[in-house]
Amino acid sequence: MYDYRTGIQDWRGAGLPTEGTNTQRPRLVDVVRRDVPTCSLDERLGDVRDRALAAGWDTCVVVSQRQVVLGLLRAKELHADPDLPVERAMRPGPSTYRPYVGVEEMRQIMTERNMESSPVTTSNGQLVGLVRRQDVGIR
Amino acid sequence: MAREINREQVRRLMDEGAQIIDVLPAREYGEEHLPGAINLPLRRIETEAVSALDPRRSIVVYCADSA
Repeated sequence: MYDYRTGIQDWRGAGLPTEGTNTQRPRLVDVVRRDVPTCSLDERLGDVRDRALAAGWDTCVVVSQRQVVLGLLRAKELHADPDLPVERAMRPGPSTYRPYVGVEEMRQIMTERNMESSPVTTSNGQLVGLVRRQDVGIR
Repeated sequence: MAREINREQVRRLMDEGAQIIDVLPAREYGEEHLPGAINLPLRRIETEAVSALDPRRSIVVYCADSA
């Protein structure tokens, strides 16, 4: 006999499929933007900004080699001194949410906290994508 | 004594046909459970495990998060 000790929370946190009545509600895994640009700590901000804008984004997620989220560059940070390294321009340690969080719940959170966007990560911090206000139905 | 395993090991055992047992109460199981899991709440497991499970196949037990 085997014991999956971290259980269904760990399973959901990895964005794996589940069964049951709750799975009929839309979740972040259904709306998250997986094509959000990423960059590393030691890149030049100007290069990252150009890359993000060329891809149609004004946001970039800073990740480690293992894709763990380290920080976030929103429009304000992206337009700082282009010669800064990303590490000095980013907003470190942004709040992250798991893929199983409901879209309706996230809409309330983003409205109450006036959030523009938030990285969605697995339970061990690896990036799944970015969820923006419009992705959860906020105009 | 059950051996602790991680998510990847669970997935591998699923592929091999293991029996996945959700020991949460029936209501929580109904709301969400792992694919193919059967519900055997802790208070019923002693009386029902023998008839509900196939002893020839691996058994994986989980709940919400006991870590």
